[in-house]
Amino acid sequence: MSAEATEKKAPVIKFLAGNEACMEGALAAGCRFFAGYPISPSSEIAEKMSGRLPKLGGKFIQMEDEIASMGAIIGASLAGAKTMTATSGPGFSLMQENIGYAMMAEVPCVVVNVMRGGPSTGNPTGPSQSDVMQCRWGTHGDHPAIVLSPNSIREAFDTTVQCFNFAEQFRTCVVLAMDEIVAHMREKIVIPAKEDIKIVNRKKPDLKPGDPYKPYEADASLIPPMMNFGEGFRYHVTGLDHDATGFPSGAPDNQEILHRRLVDKVEMHKDELFLFENHRTEDAEVLVVAYGSTSRSAKRAVEEARAQGIKAGLFRPITLFPIPEKQIAQAAGHAKKVVVPEMNLGQYRLEVERILGPAVPVVGVHRVNGEPIAPSLILSAIVGG
Amino acid sequence: MSMDYFQYLRKERMPHIWCPGCGHGTIMKSILRALDKLKWAKDDVVVVSGIGCSSRTPGYLDFNTLHTTHGRALSFAQGVKVANPNLKVIVISGDGDAMAIGGNHFIHACRRNMDITLIVFNNNIYGMTGGQASPTTFTGSKGTTAPYGAIEQPFDVCNMAQASGATYVARALDIDAVAMDRVILSALQNKGFSVVDAWSQCTTYFGRQNKWGDASEMMDRYKEMTYNVRLAEKMSPEEKAGKYPVGMLFQASRPEWCEEYGKLIERVSK
Repeated sequence: MSAEATEKKAPVIKFLAGNEACMEGALAAGCRFFAGYPISPSSEIAEKMSGRLPKLGGKFIQMEDEIASMGAIIGASLAGAKTMTATSGPGFSLMQENIGYAMMAEVPCVVVNVMRGGPSTGNPTGPSQSDVMQCRWGTHGDHPAIVLSPNSIREAFDTTVQCFNFAEQFRTCVVLAMDEIVAHMREKIVIPAKEDIKIVNRKKPDLKPGDPYKPYEADASLIPPMMNFGEGFRYHVTGLDHDATGFPSGAPDNQEILHRRLVDKVEMHKDELFLFENHRTEDAEVLVVAYGSTSRSAKRAVEEARAQGIKAGLFRPITLFPIPEKQIAQAAGHAKKVVVPEMNLGQYRLEVERILGPAVPVVGVHRVNGEPIAPSLILSAIVGG
Repeated sequence: MSMDYFQYLRKERMPHIWCPGCGHGTIMKSILRALDKLKWAKDDVVVVSGIGCSSRTPGYLDFNTLHTTHGRALSFAQGVKVANPNLKVIVISGDGDAMAIGGNHFIHACRRNMDITLIVFNNNIYGMTGGQASPTTFTGSKGTTAPYGAIEQPFDVCNMAQASGATYVARALDIDAVAMDRVILSALQNKGFSVVDAWSQCTTYFGRQNKWGDASEMMDRYKEMTYNVRLAEKMSPEEKAGKYPVGMLFQASRPEWCEEYGKLIERVSK
């Protein structure tokens, strides 16, 4: 029987697919409740969770659909568990209402969206990055968004841990946007020893039994500390506009305060959220901005361009949202051209154009044919006029 | 009945939103009387609801309360229960919430048989959105989306529950508080998924559109539409035709989800 990574004092070497590494990361982060519904190309996460969680005393439940999966992880989180679900495009669309609920009611949870081609049933087992904007804006209303996107197996592990830490720290729903290539490719991974993994748990209010508890009263951090159901502080949770007590309030002042705080609590801490990689960007005259598996092709293209004497560089956002705007602008400091390859028709490119303004031409390399973007295509865009 | 209801109520949340003549408050009091008999610690009770008039109930109750999205209360409730099986989970839902948008969750919650009690405040109409026809609107009855009378057949909440695997199923009318108390108490005591189809008159929308009169006239009509299940054997098929039985309709013993999962953990974690 294989060693349990979560119990391991020393690092463990494995050969895993991204979906498996994601599951290992979730367990290492303390996830002990998973609710899900089968959907390609994310199903392996649910399958592996159903085997592993009970061995750790955790709980796995297969729900009747993705709407119920999302509801279940919110309920379980309120009862004190660290919770996750995993899905793909069609299921992610179904989850959107309850994702908004988790953001509104400030219930920590993690949603993994293994991106496949869409819209609709699309290309169930082909890679895609076409849910990027749904990850940001999928649910209705103004809302905060924290979205991470890994490009390797080790990073699938690390970003999943990070997703839990951010969810717990910011009391919100955090999305891991993996593309199908990262989810299904296999690589060697060194799973770090338990004590080397940083774990964040939800902040508890400093209360004695009987003290009044206002579940949505925040200090200067704008993040209210959280009690779980059953811990002796009975309170109300609703998706309606509410005040610091948690009870519905339609007062215009209250609504304004609530909605601004929900967005600002992420915005004001965003420097803590930015994960990114700069590769040869110091003097880059052609900057490539790429994420997920596409960034691996992009890195190869950058190396080939450098070999031809072109000063190319790669900026890779791992945190897609909030967008590392300053970091992108900085990486493009010497750029005469910016190339944005994506397995969609230009969703992140529009953000890059917005950040850099009209002074720098931004060229998109977009493919929606269910195949990865080859380095040669990106190289052509780097070299081409 | 000299019990102190206010020990279970959030007084500062009053007055409630329900219209004069609405039966929801009557059912809420039945729930409180049952809980008072059970003496569960308030900190251990979680009341979950969806969206609608009935789903506002948890906000008035001094427990851990969770007002979720439309139709989804059962999915949140099952998450709560699985994560902490020591919590006592009660779900309050309306007929539209439980049987239309939440119908899929309803049948699967019955099938899983978790130790949760669902009380459907059934007034045969969407009250909060202004009187539209619901899945329990009687054939021929009017709603704002059925101005010529509903042509569809209504769901029977209890038949659905029994067919889907619930292990305690009962129906009661708000006019009969004693029967309502009895079935809600039994539902809460059942170790498994329990469903109570609790009839409540909506005077504002159902009564007015269908010219069924005020609350007392509506309650009389509900009595005429139902019969006590304990008298069923003595009744002829003609007497029962088109009427709904009230009382405890079904009870069964079946493994409870959380207990089974607990055994699974024992088995695989050795």
